[in-house]
Amino acid sequence: MGKTLFEKIWEKHVVKQIEGGPSVLYIDKHFIHEVTSPQAFAGLEKRGLPVFRPQQVVATADHNVPTLNQHLPIREELSRKQVEKLKENCAKFGIELYGLGHPYQGIVHIIGPELGVTQPGMTIVCGDSHTSTHGAFGTIAFGIGTSEVEMVLATQCLMQSKPKLMRINVEGTLNKGVVSKDIILYIISKISASGATGYAVEYAGSAIRNLSMEARMTICNMSIEMGARCGMIAPDEITFNYVKDRKFAPHGEDWDKALAYWKTLYSDADAKFDTELNIKAEDIEPMITYGTNPGMGIGITGRVPALTEISAEDKPSYEKSLHYMGIEPGAAMKGKKVDYVFIGSCTNARIEDLRMVAGFVKGKQKAKDVEVWVVPGSKQVEKQAIEEGINKIFEEAGFMLRQPGCSACLGMNEDKIPAGKYCISTSNRNFEGRQGPNARTFLASPLTAAAAAITGEVSDIRELIND
Amino acid sequence: MSVITTIEEESRKNLSTAKFQSERKIIQSAAVPVELENIDTDQIIPARFLKATTREGFGKNLFRDWRYENDDENKPVQNFPLNNKIYSGKILVAGKNFGCGSSREHAAWAIKDYGFDAVVSSFFADIFKNNALNNFLLPVQVSDAFLEKIFNAVKKDPATALEINLEEQYIKIVPTGEQENFEINNYKKTCLLNGYDDIDYLLSMKHEIETYEAVRN
Repeated sequence: MGKTLFEKIWEKHVVKQIEGGPSVLYIDKHFIHEVTSPQAFAGLEKRGLPVFRPQQVVATADHNVPTLNQHLPIREELSRKQVEKLKENCAKFGIELYGLGHPYQGIVHIIGPELGVTQPGMTIVCGDSHTSTHGAFGTIAFGIGTSEVEMVLATQCLMQSKPKLMRINVEGTLNKGVVSKDIILYIISKISASGATGYAVEYAGSAIRNLSMEARMTICNMSIEMGARCGMIAPDEITFNYVKDRKFAPHGEDWDKALAYWKTLYSDADAKFDTELNIKAEDIEPMITYGTNPGMGIGITGRVPALTEISAEDKPSYEKSLHYMGIEPGAAMKGKKVDYVFIGSCTNARIEDLRMVAGFVKGKQKAKDVEVWVVPGSKQVEKQAIEEGINKIFEEAGFMLRQPGCSACLGMNEDKIPAGKYCISTSNRNFEGRQGPNARTFLASPLTAAAAAITGEVSDIRELIND
Repeated sequence: MSVITTIEEESRKNLSTAKFQSERKIIQSAAVPVELENIDTDQIIPARFLKATTREGFGKNLFRDWRYENDDENKPVQNFPLNNKIYSGKILVAGKNFGCGSSREHAAWAIKDYGFDAVVSSFFADIFKNNALNNFLLPVQVSDAFLEKIFNAVKKDPATALEINLEEQYIKIVPTGEQENFEINNYKKTCLLNGYDDIDYLLSMKHEIETYEAVRN
């Protein structure tokens, strides 16, 4: 019987299979950042252990960093200490750090692919749930907790049980104004915020194959929002062209050898999945969320479910969620006023996202009462945006281009949405308080967010663009 | 407040040994019910409290934004179960898809640090489950129907004791005797019962890991 993409990579990384238990899984690349690593390093020190393979670890500072005046010391004391601790630990344990001020600094899931560290066929982990992003290259990539960060630092391995396998096929052509963020928000709205828990998900089908690497990363990034252990897409020419010539990509003979292997990474025709889901690209509208988990999303012309559509068991959580959001059951989302627009995060802060937004807003002005933050995913994205004149377009539109970091996606730094305010956000989570205590989040694509920036309310991008 | 402080202090003592004591093969305790679904790790411990560089002290901010109005410790939300004096104990009971969202292990640390030894739900998010197990906090997955029975029993009588037997893998509502078995993989069970960490095991495999690397290259 044939093998799935997941199985081909998994089997190559099993150091040992424990009978009736997990596998000892070898990890090729380990990304670390300031928030989930300090306790892991402390654990190593307590045990008197070195980092086993420091050259396979890459570090950056992203969650806590300010997105203005990055050349100045971090004002907030605890954030500053955490970032300094990372610097100290990396120096002590011999790990490459792309910290504040470094030309490669940025959100960990943006810089890995950008630098060519992320390559097909690898196993990749990071103490961050959005590590699933890297699966877009045909890798097994997943988020881990700090105890597991310590294990990987100490041994380059983890104890892992093999997940079940799910394939989601998206066939057909996307409608006007519909982009990859809408595909994944649509999928999660269909299968719920826990619908893929326990599974590794492979995305396939013509609509996926036609996407750029940036767009594929957006999809894999949000796999965790339906509970998936990881999300992945088989590598193809689009993948190989993206990786080629990047800083840490293989070169010369090594490239040829790697490429020959990468070309074997796909699910065989007779491979078996535990679950398959088929989606028609034509059914997908621009999406918007209305509630407090990413599964609570609808098409932009849709209505928030009425209470009669909710089961008795789900009702208390549903009502609490809508109460928090200040949204009525059965309401339309279109026309809902927004106060903030956040374009950023590991989901949508790549150069293609910024270009998409700039292409739409060029020559337009933001709505008067709306504050618009654009936070590039990395120093390299920022540099490229400036080189392409995208910064000028944003400036003329009244958008604020800030400096790289996780920013208002999780409000660990100063970039918080005030209590009670509505933010349309290209990030990945609309949880209560995610963007700041009592902040209210609508998740959407960069295009839909940009549309709201111009009109001041949730809008249907299709009415604002030409064919 | 004094009750909470005592529980926190006790749990810190337990954390310092960081092992699931053998006498804890059986946890018998009243439970605290949080009857909501999809409780994400941002609710368990909001991101602004992740700036510490040690594992201790997260319990006081467990469910911070559900526990206090406007982030004010002097204004506890009265009907939130952690603030409701009728509920106490070492077992947290919550709706399905508990621990979804961020991979922050701080969520498991906060629950443990507050004084819980087990979380009961009808469904757990993957990463949270691993993080819990790595901190000797036992995730007990029950059926939707049994979860409802627990909620009903605890709401009717907050003193209702639950019994969780790890060795025999069952959870019982003590006064009624109703019980259900729960799953846990044998490897993890052995680790919990004996106080082993994954890292101890992985470190013992150094030689095999090096051999794997050599063969692969």
